[in-house]
Amino acid sequence: MSALVLRGGPVSVRVERRTVVLTAVLLTLIAGVGLLGLSYGATWSSPAKVFDALSGGRGGVVIREWRLPRVAAALLFGAALGIAGAIFQNITRNPMGSPDIIGLDAGAYTGALVAITVLSGTSVQLAVGSVLGGAVAAAAVYLLSLGGGLSGLRLVVIGIAVNAILMALNSWIVLRADLEVAIAAVGWSAGSLNGVDWSDVRLPFGIIGLLLVAMVVRSQALHQDALGTELAVTTGVGVDRLRLQLVVIGVGLTATVTAVAGPIAFIALAAPQIGRRLAKAPGVPLLPAALTGALLLQGADLVAQMLLAPVSLPVGVVTTAIGGCYLIWLLTKEVRRP
Amino acid sequence: MTGRRVALLSGALVLLVVVAVVGVGIGAHHVPVVEVVRALLDHNGSPDHVVVRDVRAPRALLAVGAGAALAVAGVLIQVLMRNPLAEPGVLGVTAGAGFAITAGSALGLAASPAGELGAAVAGAVIATLLVYSVGRRSPLRLVLTGVALTAVLSGLSLGLRLLLPDVFDRYRFWSVGSLAGREQAPNTVPLLVIAVAVACALLLARQLDAVELGETVAQTLGVNVHRVRLAALVLITVLSGAATAIAGPILFVGLMVPHLARRFAGSSVPWLTAFAAVLGPVLLLVADIGSRVLLPTGEVPVAIVTAFLGGPVLIWAVRRHGAVAAA
Repeated sequence: MSALVLRGGPVSVRVERRTVVLTAVLLTLIAGVGLLGLSYGATWSSPAKVFDALSGGRGGVVIREWRLPRVAAALLFGAALGIAGAIFQNITRNPMGSPDIIGLDAGAYTGALVAITVLSGTSVQLAVGSVLGGAVAAAAVYLLSLGGGLSGLRLVVIGIAVNAILMALNSWIVLRADLEVAIAAVGWSAGSLNGVDWSDVRLPFGIIGLLLVAMVVRSQALHQDALGTELAVTTGVGVDRLRLQLVVIGVGLTATVTAVAGPIAFIALAAPQIGRRLAKAPGVPLLPAALTGALLLQGADLVAQMLLAPVSLPVGVVTTAIGGCYLIWLLTKEVRRP
Repeated sequence: MTGRRVALLSGALVLLVVVAVVGVGIGAHHVPVVEVVRALLDHNGSPDHVVVRDVRAPRALLAVGAGAALAVAGVLIQVLMRNPLAEPGVLGVTAGAGFAITAGSALGLAASPAGELGAAVAGAVIATLLVYSVGRRSPLRLVLTGVALTAVLSGLSLGLRLLLPDVFDRYRFWSVGSLAGREQAPNTVPLLVIAVAVACALLLARQLDAVELGETVAQTLGVNVHRVRLAALVLITVLSGAATAIAGPILFVGLMVPHLARRFAGSSVPWLTAFAAVLGPVLLLVADIGSRVLLPTGEVPVAIVTAFLGGPVLIWAVRRHGAVAAA
């Protein structure tokens, strides 16, 4: 096996060479699309200008205050969604068990809508509301699929039903709301990064950062769990507690992204699966999922801005169209497998 | 057994008439039931009568047509695919029809009601073939394929509508599945097509009954299995296409009604079809009344009401049939 072993005192980490190469390639690509995102806009700025602006040069306000928060949000949110998807796909042991399919996005969006329409809708209320909404949706799907064996596909279809009910509920709330709220909510309902600036993203970035650290701490146990419940228990992983922690992290990540950018569909579904195939890894590894998620969301956001320029599409429209095609392809492949 | 079913079916018919008449009276402008009946039988041109005859009654007729079409399509699709979770909306058939209408009107093909209907049926055929070929192995996989296709097509439809503002304007309300304002469009062609297709489904039901017993048994009984299946598929696409052309994509009616009808009809496909053809309209009429009263001002699209009602039914169906269906 082509593996590298890094040792530092009592700690040693074994890394597959393929993973290292893949990580490097993905990081390069992310840097590429990130730079493109900073350069692209109503006026094209050359990369040299971008670097000048980033290092604090004069005349870089557009890049630093408008484009940079959007690109940063796309990258970090994409990574968060990719990780949330990997967590849920690991737990349900099913590629379709990702948060956007089973109604967590829709639940978080319901919470955010309630925070806007009933309360005043500050960014703290938005974050709390969407986390609560996502958690309630997750609990509902879990409880409804209990009994009669917890088969992955069954949970997925129940999640689809919950998703449909919540989407209907969301449309109803939007229709009831005042016109200004309704217009804001509709632009946001497809999942959009339009108009994101630094004041919107400071708190979410902090929350996502904390959750990512928690995830890194528990990632070893997650990969052990992915090998099978029996094996995980034998190697000393408290499976029930681990899964609860993971669900909390996954819901937190999904809900935080939804609170700012609305329900962006299919990144959580597609990124872990693409990452897994690229890494040729067993289970659903986290790092490739995060990197692929960041790359996909920033790429989709660029497409969304360019497709009908100067009008900027909601990025969710692009991710839905791409992700749905990918899902159908995934199902086709599963059919061919004997 | 048959006597009981006849009694139940007549009861359902009476219910349909009552819901239709009462529903016509309910709305932003309330019309008493007596006036509704008088407006239909003895029209005197008063404002109440005009509202009933020109707006509410045609809308109720559309609800009846779309409801019957979706429910009967649901029965056929569930029997044909032997899948209690199958439904034209969930399987992406209505999404295919909806996308075809949007795309057709973007290309300028679907300007007339007949053109709209043709586009819708063509879209339904393509979507059915695609979903069936990918997901036929397992019922749950079929549902997933349908959901994925629906997502792709709704994304593409939204993109098209954003690209072409006049298409956006025409299909803004239609795209969520609503009966509001549709009563003014000339809908005679789709309604006639639905009536004929429902009649054909009733004629075909007896043979489908035999097919449900298994291919060998059906052949022994002298039924041409392939021809029956093909005919059923054609009817499914025509019914879903026509319903979509009238009311836009409405989910879950084709799922709920067959499960409800099975309570009364047992496993007999002809009775199931008959009950579905009556209960589907009842359900859509009730949902349409809901869509008019749920908001203090304006209307909720009827598809939102059916999703509220239908989501729980899908959960119930998975919990009840999931163990059998999760092959």
